[in-house]
Amino acid sequence: MGFDWEFVVSVMPIYGAAILLTIKIAVLGTLLSLLVGAVCSLLLYYRVKVAGSLVKGYIELSRNTPLVIQLFFLYYGLPKLGIMLPNEVCAIFGLTFLGGGYMAESFRSGLDAVSSVQLDLGLSIGLNTFQMIRFVVFPQALSVAMPSLGANCVFLIKETSVVSIIALRDLMSVTKELIGMYYNTVESLLLLVVCYLLILLPVSFLLIFLERRFRYAEFGV
Amino acid sequence: MTMSTGAAEREYILEIEGLKKSYGDMAVLDGINLGIESGEAVVAIGPSGCGKTTLLKCVNGLETHQEGTIKIDGREIGADGFDWRQARQKIGMVFQSYDLFPHMTVMGNILLGPMQVQKRKREEVTEQADALLDRVGLADRKNDFPRQLSGGQKQRIAIVRALCMNPDIMLFDEVTASLDPEMVREVLDVMLGLARQGMTMLIVTHEMEFAKAVADRVLFMDGGIIAEEGSAREFFEKPTTERAQRFLNTFYFE
Amino acid sequence: MPNSGFSVLLSVNNMRRLMIGLGGTLEIALLSVAISVVAGLFYGLLMTSKNRVIYGICRVYLEAFRIVPMLVWLFLLFFGSAIAFGTNLDGFFVSVVAFSMWGTAEMGDIVRGSLISIPQHQRQSGEALGLSFWQTQRFIIIPQALRRIAPSAINLITRMVKTTSLVVFVGVTEILRVGKQIIEFNMMTNPMASFWIYGFIFAAYFMVCYPISKLSKKLEAKWSY
Repeated sequence: MGFDWEFVVSVMPIYGAAILLTIKIAVLGTLLSLLVGAVCSLLLYYRVKVAGSLVKGYIELSRNTPLVIQLFFLYYGLPKLGIMLPNEVCAIFGLTFLGGGYMAESFRSGLDAVSSVQLDLGLSIGLNTFQMIRFVVFPQALSVAMPSLGANCVFLIKETSVVSIIALRDLMSVTKELIGMYYNTVESLLLLVVCYLLILLPVSFLLIFLERRFRYAEFGV
Repeated sequence: MTMSTGAAEREYILEIEGLKKSYGDMAVLDGINLGIESGEAVVAIGPSGCGKTTLLKCVNGLETHQEGTIKIDGREIGADGFDWRQARQKIGMVFQSYDLFPHMTVMGNILLGPMQVQKRKREEVTEQADALLDRVGLADRKNDFPRQLSGGQKQRIAIVRALCMNPDIMLFDEVTASLDPEMVREVLDVMLGLARQGMTMLIVTHEMEFAKAVADRVLFMDGGIIAEEGSAREFFEKPTTERAQRFLNTFYFE
Repeated sequence: MPNSGFSVLLSVNNMRRLMIGLGGTLEIALLSVAISVVAGLFYGLLMTSKNRVIYGICRVYLEAFRIVPMLVWLFLLFFGSAIAFGTNLDGFFVSVVAFSMWGTAEMGDIVRGSLISIPQHQRQSGEALGLSFWQTQRFIIIPQALRRIAPSAINLITRMVKTTSLVVFVGVTEILRVGKQIIEFNMMTNPMASFWIYGFIFAAYFMVCYPISKLSKKLEAKWSY
């Protein structure tokens, strides 16, 4: 049984479409996670009442449950309460629910690293809260949190591999389907791995590059 | 330096009455009365823990006081309609730790307050910043990041950063205490220059020779009060209280 | 609450089945963790090797698990074994193998990290006191290394428990599958069942993982110096 190149070429469009779906979910989910994480970490940092405790609960919940279960609940459980979401939206929300908690933790460790002297400095030149966050706190926290935020991005992209559980035609479901239909197991699996490497390797290298840049250009302590 | 306009006689830029502050049972400031006139350089000295730094922080609102009043340009801190952000623009403060914002260049550090808080034009502030940097001998470092500068250089930048807000009064909190000895001089020279030009200053320091040279008036603080007050010459040559004599003696070797 | 459907969780029989399902999930996790911890210790020692080739191979193995999603590995082993052995291996077995391979790599990295983080002067001052090589290991190196390993290793357990949720993809009968069966069985009489069952499974995972990650954080705070 030789390697079936013809098969590989013929299914490329299918894998292409699946890659695009994975990228779409990953990009939107990651961006929303960053947003949710940033907001949550600021609520914690400024010790906003009630909201702060809610955020703490949310972070624990999102970090201590698997994405598969979160998706099942979102997609099959919530409609019973009248909340119906299309499966793509569900996948993005699920990823955001998971990622938000991880991103919040990363941002928080960055925020904790901003010294109180820096806050005094900002106050003494008359910055208001918003200016303080924008010009003093956030840039410094970001450069500390950078490596861990990057690791979270890779983690979230990898997590998207489970979205076929809510009937999305992603790389995993396409692979399973093709193996079931044509028994071209080797080719299908190889394409699967290659596709994930195509997405993940550039991201990893980009992150290594960004991390160095941030570290040396901004602080270089 | 420009004086606050229409200053009548005996009009204080900073006026403190009966200021008290304590942490739990421990009184840090135990009734401070002080008035600083425009153009005056006042130096506060005293043993550690005497409340000097707390005094500065209360004036700048980084600490809150419990009793007494602080007036800046005649406006009372905490009174109705008092705006801290407005007040802080009138008060320049330089800290013991010579921290700049590490993620911004020297120029970025200096421009932040004037442009974001005071909403001034970039060109105008840059021009002023260039002139001030030139005066402290750091004109060529304006595009450097803080990590490329020595402690003394950073502290001089911190002074420029505060000056660029055109404050009515400058507060200096032991600004040379954390510096390596060979860098102390360059910072003190800048401060001396400012005093000679008529900047209103309240300085906390442990550098006695510098205090002698720069002070129009010396406050000796001990146990949360101003224990003795007088001109630099009076104080250093003939301190009247026993506590001040003992304190000054600790600086001499025989 | 006759119509809320919550009753589906009150059924002793359903509860028993869900718990057995959870047990199946945890069994996979515990087996994989046990194998990973033991194998990871050796793998970690191997990774401190000064031999570049050995270190290189170890590194590639670790990075392979870091970059490729766990589910893809599961597929590779599950469908790959079908080609290699001509028959589908049991999903349970494949899952334990896949998670152990991954866990070994991660555990190894934790062990390696802790070993190289102990400063050289610790060993030297031990020897300067006249301790033998083994005494130095026993009283100075190992206690310090363990304190550095424990928090991350416990955290790895949480990650592995969460990862076991993937076995539903390779047909292992675990909590999710049991839940599905109960929901289908009650489809007619209890349309709200899926909300409660999936809600329960969600809570069950949380109840297992949360105490473990809490412990990890506690140890980290206690032993960080």
